Amino acid sequence: MPLLVSIATAALVGAGVWLILRAQTFPVILGLMLLSYAANLVLFASGGLTVGRAPILIKGVETYPDPIPQALVLTAIVIGFAMTAFVLVLALKARFALDSDHVDGDPVEPQEGR
Amino acid sequence: MTLLLVILIPLLGAMLPPLMMRWGRGASAGSAILVTLAALGAWGSMVPAALRGEGATFKLPWIPALGLNLSLTLDGLALLFSGLILGIGLLVVLYAKDYLYKSDPMGRFFAYLLLFMGAMLGVVLSANLLLTVVFWELTSITSFLLIGFWGHRADARRGARMALTITGLGGLCFLGGALLLGHLAGTFEIAELTSLRDSTLSHGWYVPALVLILLGAFTKSAQFPFQFWLPQAMAAPTPVSSYLHSATMVKAGVFLIARLHPALGGSEVWFYLVGGVGLATLLVGAFLANLAYDLKGLLAYSTVSHLGLIVALLGIGTQYAVVAAIFHILNHALFKASLFMSAGIVDHQAGTRDLRSLGGLWRLLPFTAPLALIAAAAMAGLPPLNGFLSKELFLEQTLELPFAAGPWWLVPALATLGALLSMGYAVRFGVNTFLGPQPKTFPKPPIEPPWGMRIPVALLVAGCVAIGLLPDLLGAPIVELAAAASSYLEVEGVHFALWHGFTPALLMSGIAIVGGVGLWYLQRWFVPVFDQSIPLPSGERLFRATIAGLVDLSRSAKRAFHPGKLQTAIAWMILSVVLLVGSALLVKLPRWTPSPADIDPSLLGGVALLLLAIGAALYFHRRRAVSLAILGAVGLLLSMGFVYLSAPDLALTQLSVEVSTIVLMLLALHLLPAQSVKERVGLHHLRDGVLALGAAVVVGTLTWLLLIDPPTSATSAYYLAQSKPGGGGTNVVNVILVDFRGFDTFGEVIVLGIAALGVYAMLFGMGLPTRWTRPETPDESAYPLMLGVVARVLLPLALVVGIYLFLRGHNEPGGGFVAGLVFSAAIILQYLASGIGWTQHKMNIPFHPLIALGIFVAGLTGVIAIAFGQPFLRSWFEYYHVPILGEIELASAMAFDLGVTLTVVGGLLMVLVNLSKLPRSTSVRPLTLAEEED
Repeated sequence: MPLLVSIATAALVGAGVWLILRAQTFPVILGLMLLSYAANLVLFASGGLTVGRAPILIKGVETYPDPIPQALVLTAIVIGFAMTAFVLVLALKARFALDSDHVDGDPVEPQEGR
Repeated sequence: MTLLLVILIPLLGAMLPPLMMRWGRGASAGSAILVTLAALGAWGSMVPAALRGEGATFKLPWIPALGLNLSLTLDGLALLFSGLILGIGLLVVLYAKDYLYKSDPMGRFFAYLLLFMGAMLGVVLSANLLLTVVFWELTSITSFLLIGFWGHRADARRGARMALTITGLGGLCFLGGALLLGHLAGTFEIAELTSLRDSTLSHGWYVPALVLILLGAFTKSAQFPFQFWLPQAMAAPTPVSSYLHSATMVKAGVFLIARLHPALGGSEVWFYLVGGVGLATLLVGAFLANLAYDLKGLLAYSTVSHLGLIVALLGIGTQYAVVAAIFHILNHALFKASLFMSAGIVDHQAGTRDLRSLGGLWRLLPFTAPLALIAAAAMAGLPPLNGFLSKELFLEQTLELPFAAGPWWLVPALATLGALLSMGYAVRFGVNTFLGPQPKTFPKPPIEPPWGMRIPVALLVAGCVAIGLLPDLLGAPIVELAAAASSYLEVEGVHFALWHGFTPALLMSGIAIVGGVGLWYLQRWFVPVFDQSIPLPSGERLFRATIAGLVDLSRSAKRAFHPGKLQTAIAWMILSVVLLVGSALLVKLPRWTPSPADIDPSLLGGVALLLLAIGAALYFHRRRAVSLAILGAVGLLLSMGFVYLSAPDLALTQLSVEVSTIVLMLLALHLLPAQSVKERVGLHHLRDGVLALGAAVVVGTLTWLLLIDPPTSATSAYYLAQSKPGGGGTNVVNVILVDFRGFDTFGEVIVLGIAALGVYAMLFGMGLPTRWTRPETPDESAYPLMLGVVARVLLPLALVVGIYLFLRGHNEPGGGFVAGLVFSAAIILQYLASGIGWTQHKMNIPFHPLIALGIFVAGLTGVIAIAFGQPFLRSWFEYYHVPILGEIELASAMAFDLGVTLTVVGGLLMVLVNLSKLPRSTSVRPLTLAEEED
């Protein structure tokens, strides 16, 4: 199980890093989203992996998964949305002001065939 | 308590002068005078007791764990200094009222001055070394504001920066020394440090602590080789120079040496270091003063020189040397303040302070000139003035050194040379300005200034004369008291007299006076020589070179790492993270033992799908809508993963956030190009690939390490155990959010609200229509009928689901965040299905107040807990039996959760609805300003 989850985070991070290094704003935002998925997953993994036993107290059950990473990730997801929205509107504003969706505001290079 | 008031009155009173400016400059100055008088009154009420040797003390623990106490004392040394600070402060305020130009913001000036006064009083009244450091830093900052008061002038900005850099660095050294000293002695209380002197002196850390503390004092008091900042600080308005360089700021260093002399003095290191630096400063300052053309520059170097004299005396450290040092502190404050004020009058009235264009002002300024000449005579050390007395004492002390310093005649000869140079520049100041031939014209025709500028000078000069004539009556008592507080030896029976027979000191004085006049006579030959041909070694040049080098270094670093290209900057950032985390992981790697990986089949399927989706997203990433849809799938897979891995709350949240995110991105895509441009294949692709791979390996390894050995936390166990009895809920994640870590959640809700408002603010000015007018019936061709019908049927159902999730959140998966997200999704669906105009007509929710209301409700829950004597946000719950429904629980956490829900709904809808209101045209061409105003 650890191996699978590690591979999942690795894939999310790799794709995210590749995308945030692109020259146009939209892929960068996609990359940021992937990176925040990955960050949430790593944070969640720090509590260990448990199958079929939620941190909801039930009489007679003694062991539960660690609730703290879950609480942290829950707010992180919501804040992640706020951040994505903010960056997205920043990108829109940049395009509006500079008439270019290049991350540095440069003119976008001519297209070479599709 | 009164002691604390003496400091607090100027610090808090600093707010008055700017506020009083609306009633005019007179009111502002009046309030500054009243504040100073009030502080002086509070101080005065404690003086009689302090003179009897029963000075007030005050002690209030501040951070006891660090040894930092708010402890104050009014012993002899503090009495002398606080008297000078308040007394000269009052005169400076009076003087500044008439000195400041009409264009100067007077309220701000007096505010800075009073803040500085309070900080200085804190330094001298403090009885705790750490507290002294705190106030010491405050004086650095406030003096920076004062020196740079004329911020439109480049020299003022440069001088202020240099003063702040030098004294700030010195302040850091002082802090380090103070911490060392406190650590080795086990206390920061100065009285206790004094009683521990013997063990301190023999401690191995004594020398480092002493050197660091002295570095602080030397930089503050502009001692050699740090003397260069003081003349630069002359760009300040003259009242500031008069205050900073006579009674305060630069005297703080001298004060610190005197204050710690009983705790640290008497060693050989102390003698050579303090005495040597003092003597060197005395000579260097006096020499440079003889070369200055600027009236204030001359006085600045003379201040440096006199401070050196005081420091040298404290370095000698015998009873009478300390007495002489204290006496000279008093005398120097009086004559130097009046000299600066006279220089200010000359500058203010004649429009120049260059010695080459001055002369003969005796006839034009018949009131100021004699006063300035008397003060200059006091500075030169001529009888029967106060400067003569303390200079004699100094010369006498150089003949009785406690340790050997070269041949017996060396130090006395150097001291005589210093006095000679001092006579030289005093004559230069007095004669070249007020006597001699009058130049043909002045930039301004000089006339006497208002009385407000003349009276302070007169009072100060009267003080110089009075102490000179009646030293035993006016000087001796306070000097004895202050010297007793600054020496580890008994100081008793201090007497001063103008005449004490033909002594060696008198002979040295005589040589100095005659030689000084001769030096002045020769100045027309030697000053130009030094001026033009001999480059003097200057710390200032070194300082500037260092600063310029640092600026160059950071500029080239910026060019390399952040050349204005986001991609390069991010690449460096990722590279450093990969290298740092990677190297940390490498250290840990060898402890692994490979274990047979247990492959969970369901998880295997999920991860395979995830990898497929990520691959597809990468492959299609230039076709933006497609990649967005795939990204939605990635989010869904993650929420399924959360379900499987026992995190139902996370799954719910991820699912509902995913919906909103995709809607958001689609709305934005409406305004952005549908496709990304294909990039030319190049080296940067290799770089990006390596970085992506590196980051993936590092994070994957990190996760792996976390998972094979998950950290255990006592806090988690506590939360699990206390969730039901302490928080009243069985859903531990929810109880953490609304109760245990409620304050965090409160902060995060506020962040959400701020982000939403930020989005709104950015959209504003992008052609966001303020009023939305659309046909009231949905345009059927644009909005499909089936979707509209389904959306309207779904709305009540979704709302019920949201309420259900909200209500059960404390005990079962759900809660405020999820409920808010479900509500938002239901409402946004109406917008999508029927258009903005129709939906807003039917359901006009104001988003701004909703966000505020949510934060208010959540905050109020916390405040109510305080009203019941509980900590902020402590929750309350009770069980009630209701017929039919059975037992139900009421918890204050629900009100908090309601606040969370309201903010989430308000924030989310604000972002989504306003984004969808943007006209498509926005993205095509930038609006001109004129169009924006339409």
